Amino acid sequence: MSRLQLTVNGQAVDLDVPESRYLSAVLREDLRLTGTKIGCNEAECGICTVLVDGTPVNSCIYPAFKARGAHVETIESLSRGEKLHPLQQAFLDHGAVQCGICTPGLIMTAKALLDTKNSRNEAVTTDAIKIALKDSYCRCTGYQSVIHAIQQAAGQDVPPYIPKTRSPGLAVGQARPNPDALAKITGRARFSDDYHFPGMLHARTLRAGRPHARIRSIDTKAACALPGVHAVLTHEDVPGRNLHGLVTVDWPVLCADKVRYTGDAVAIVAADSEEIASQALELICVDYEELPAVSDAIEALDPQSPVLHEGRPDGNLLKHIKVVKGDIETGFAEADIVVDRSYRTPSTEHMFLEPECAIGIPAGYNPANYGGPCDPAAARGETAIHDKTSIYVGSQIPYLDRDQVAASLGVEPDSIRVVATLMGGGFGGKEDVAGQIHVALLAEASQHPVKMLYSRQESLLFHPKRHATLIRIRTGATREGKLTAVQATLYGDGGAYASLSDKVLTRATTHASGPYDVPHVKVDCFAVYTNNVPCGAFRGFGVSQSCFAVESNMDILAEQLGLDALEFRRMNALDVGSVTCTGQVMRESVGLNECINKIDEDMRSDAFHWTWEEGTSRFAWGLAVGYKNTGLGGGAPDKASAEVEIRLDEQNEPRAEVRTSSAEMGQGLPAVLAACATEELGIPLRHVNVLLGDTDYCPDGGPTTASRQTFVSGNAARLAAGAVVQKLTPTAAELLACEPADVLFDQGIFTQAQAEAGGQTKSLAEVVRRAAEAGTQARASYEYWAPKTQPLGTGGDMHFAFGFCAQAVLCEVEMGTGKVHVRKVIAAHDVGRAINPLTLEGQIEGGIVMCMGYALTEHFIQEQAEPWSTVMSRYKMPSIKHTPEIISHIVEDATSTGPYGAKGVGELPSIPTSAAITNAIYRATGVRVMSLPVDQDELLMAMRSGAAEVEMGWGDQSPIPAVTLGGEA
Amino acid sequence: MSGRLAFLRASEQEIAIKICWKNYHSPDSVEAAIELLNHYDGRAQVIGGGTDLLLEIQQGLRPPVEAMIDPARIAGLDRIILDDGHIVIGCTVTHSRIIEDERIIQHGTCLAESCGVIGGPQVRNVGTLAGNVAHALPAGDGTIGLLALDGEVEVADVSGSRWMPLQDAFLGPGKSAIDHHRALLTRLRFKPTGVLEGSAFFRVMRPQGVALPMIAMAARLQLDEQHHISSARISIGPAGPVPHLAEAAMEVLVHGPASREQFREASEAAVSGVSLRSSKYRATREYREEMIRSQLPDVLARASERAVNGSLAGLTEPQGAWQ
Repeated sequence: MSRLQLTVNGQAVDLDVPESRYLSAVLREDLRLTGTKIGCNEAECGICTVLVDGTPVNSCIYPAFKARGAHVETIESLSRGEKLHPLQQAFLDHGAVQCGICTPGLIMTAKALLDTKNSRNEAVTTDAIKIALKDSYCRCTGYQSVIHAIQQAAGQDVPPYIPKTRSPGLAVGQARPNPDALAKITGRARFSDDYHFPGMLHARTLRAGRPHARIRSIDTKAACALPGVHAVLTHEDVPGRNLHGLVTVDWPVLCADKVRYTGDAVAIVAADSEEIASQALELICVDYEELPAVSDAIEALDPQSPVLHEGRPDGNLLKHIKVVKGDIETGFAEADIVVDRSYRTPSTEHMFLEPECAIGIPAGYNPANYGGPCDPAAARGETAIHDKTSIYVGSQIPYLDRDQVAASLGVEPDSIRVVATLMGGGFGGKEDVAGQIHVALLAEASQHPVKMLYSRQESLLFHPKRHATLIRIRTGATREGKLTAVQATLYGDGGAYASLSDKVLTRATTHASGPYDVPHVKVDCFAVYTNNVPCGAFRGFGVSQSCFAVESNMDILAEQLGLDALEFRRMNALDVGSVTCTGQVMRESVGLNECINKIDEDMRSDAFHWTWEEGTSRFAWGLAVGYKNTGLGGGAPDKASAEVEIRLDEQNEPRAEVRTSSAEMGQGLPAVLAACATEELGIPLRHVNVLLGDTDYCPDGGPTTASRQTFVSGNAARLAAGAVVQKLTPTAAELLACEPADVLFDQGIFTQAQAEAGGQTKSLAEVVRRAAEAGTQARASYEYWAPKTQPLGTGGDMHFAFGFCAQAVLCEVEMGTGKVHVRKVIAAHDVGRAINPLTLEGQIEGGIVMCMGYALTEHFIQEQAEPWSTVMSRYKMPSIKHTPEIISHIVEDATSTGPYGAKGVGELPSIPTSAAITNAIYRATGVRVMSLPVDQDELLMAMRSGAAEVEMGWGDQSPIPAVTLGGEA
Repeated sequence: MSGRLAFLRASEQEIAIKICWKNYHSPDSVEAAIELLNHYDGRAQVIGGGTDLLLEIQQGLRPPVEAMIDPARIAGLDRIILDDGHIVIGCTVTHSRIIEDERIIQHGTCLAESCGVIGGPQVRNVGTLAGNVAHALPAGDGTIGLLALDGEVEVADVSGSRWMPLQDAFLGPGKSAIDHHRALLTRLRFKPTGVLEGSAFFRVMRPQGVALPMIAMAARLQLDEQHHISSARISIGPAGPVPHLAEAAMEVLVHGPASREQFREASEAAVSGVSLRSSKYRATREYREEMIRSQLPDVLARASERAVNGSLAGLTEPQGAWQ
């Protein structure tokens, strides 16, 4: 230990710490300034940026003693009392805050830029912003709002970019920041790793480190004997079910007989520090018998291949998913022209910037017993007494976490409590259980709170990815341009465990004829187990994959038919009255044509050219359309519950709280739920609080997946608010001296229906007070059931709503290097109703940029089932330098069952962008990219050699294999 | 990141939470630094910005050390000065300082350009050119820029200090001739470009998860009154185990006209004069050849234009690699 003196946020600090400390650890652990976040520990993501003597540095790899004597500034220093720094205000105004984990880093980096430019009297140009923030990543916003916010803070007249939408109501349709944004821009927001419970231990997981092996024995004696170790657990210590899983329960909590991928958990350790826990892992001896691994989906179906899950009747075939409409032979017989191609899409990584973290609290925990302060009135947090085994975690499905933890602990779900913390991004990657069960086991075994924080590298190894797919697709059309048939065969690599493979690849299959009216369709999809990292939910949920194939084929067909690419899509677009490939008749809310028309008008407004040259570059437009179901569909019961309560504050003003265990991961759900409550109750938005995800306090909102929360929890909040009004109506009637049936409620005022103008009214506050006096609480729950859907193969409504979109992308291809840049995106999205145009726009811009990454930068590479993408620097997501200008049009073709007409939008924007990009590349270069992500090396060589197609994406190890259409596996 | 990572088992890489050093020293003189290095007898290591070094230790590519010796507080090593006809850059000068230094922008343009594309701003604010050179990667951007300028490095150890040509500092990929457990790279220097002299740098980077350039190249040209080339230096990387000097191409240029044709011919000579390799996920040999063929003439043209115009023709703002 040595003396470290420095100034932090203007205050002199004198610490006694080890010289091996990094600056981030001094700030977060020694000084508890948890506003500075850690995303990668490899100087890659920039979210840990602080200023050292005014200069931005990555605190995660900055030796603390390098900063001796320096002035360090963190996010906590920016606002003075209530007064926000102009950057903080601008991030709020522009909706440049979504999950919030990267926000402190973005703001601190931007602050240094503004300070420098101010001191030099230089302008803050867009280029300067892109240069300064080049290595400050954000996975949510897509950066356009960030750029605008910094421009505003620099004093430029740049208003928030809010797309035009229908005129607003009391709250619905109004652009407002998410209610939690204020905490996120000031560094007060707390994510799981920001909690420090008295007596807390640190846990680590021993992972298999090999893709396939039999476990002969596990010896933990030496690890248990290491001083500072409190618990070492293996499969033998799991009292209940040693498996978890969201659809199929096949994933070991701790492997007993076999490991099936490199990230499999074998043992867990809780110790006084992370370092001791790490040392303990090295002392655990596992005797393995190595088994051959299979890493290719087609190969895995070979009867000679090693089988992952012995005893399954179908070997490595997880599921054969089929869609049949009409008669495919007839369809192709009617076609004048047929395009038949094979495509490949890569496995990709969510790269939410907050690695997984969970904290387990033993039942009966009282912080006073561990030397901490105790507040018996506290409901949650470090000072609260915890009666139940509790888990603090940022998770997309709190109730299923609870149920899975209970099953493994062998207790009733009611004896487990899951408390949702803020989540630093999810995108589908925080649906499967990560450390939740492990920390619960360790907390009970050690009788201490236990924190399990994954390093970025562990997060990459462990959690389910997007499915890599191989797609052969054959599309037939008449000479006039009417689609007659689509036949496709897909192979989806599900990795070692089922996770959501069944559902994801079903979505890939049912969306494989595109948002088109096609009379004859036949699709076969094979979901397969391999020894790769499991694959599960990822924004787009299978549809991102099939859309790339569908929309590439559509472009090829349009060219061969000599038809305009937009016109060809318009001729075949789904509309009211169309029948989807699963046999669903579209009865309403099909805004696809309107989306196409919007981009058509916008794109062709000036002197329009599809393609042109400038210097050594070629520019070209590319198009694609997409659609995505809202909600679980396929016959799954789809419901959400919410509770709304109204209380009077000290000024006698009514305040509402909406409670549901739906998850916020940056998508803006609290803003949506608050808007629904305001719309129904007339209580101003600022007086509506949203409490999400405490299974003891909030009813179940169901999984936050499938673009469903605005629809289901939005409806639940709306109807729960209505139920409160209903409950108060007799009291209002009493006060108004009329029959309850004659009471009207509008914008926070109860009136008597028959009253003359100027007649008697009662405010919500008066009625709530009177009801309370009479013992009636202004509180009600509502369990909302979404319209019933039908399983695949039975016809009827497979989904209760679909969102639609069309995107036009302007690409530049550098003809000298093969480099591809996306310069502009014109997008139109049919969302039913824009409940909050600001947060909606955030979803659209972020989704588009995420899908740009899918096309151009991202590939989670595995070699013989061993991950190559083991560090963040080997997996690049789009940075601010990639951000194009995004023009967004909103189409509001309302769905009658949605809240105020709204449908889901979370996934929609990140579906068609990749195909639009490769379609633009084709127009620019004459080379068609068949495998993502685009490899500029391959592309340039194809251009030089005159090859028409590029089969190798970046990271691919072999050309696209032959795929047989249809048939059995 | 070098390729070794790929051969580590996942579980080994992942146990990254370890102590990389125990003691952290910031001596205030070169002598004190050398004394400390001696004291630790191979168990200490010199740290520059640490942006590469610390990651390599954390990721198991280098062993942890007992002590880090940080020259950051040694007076004078944080400066860029003109001395004895050279621009001299102290070892603690960061990339950010280099790309903003007017003298280097004017008289060592390719170095400013090359340091401007290293990492992102947070890394450039901490990382040093000395660290880049010490890392001895075959295509370190700053290194390629400095090599074209005919740079030199000063090394201090128990036997005193001496200057040596930059090329002599490299033994192989990631292997430096300077023993960082015993010696300190104190300063770097080069002769500023003068009248009728210019330099330029260019690199091609992938947008995907590869931290190193597909190929980088830099050139320094001197013209005579007739605008014939009187001297030329061209550096390319990766083109072999150490940063490569394209001597065949340089020979083609000297005494010839500064013409497009000549530049193309020199680039052809550069291609035939190197042994380019394919590196997995980074670039194929063919692509690298194509880049030298198609992009080196542009680099030479830019250097020549700068020589003639005596200005910073074609200089972009410190690029930050967002091209």
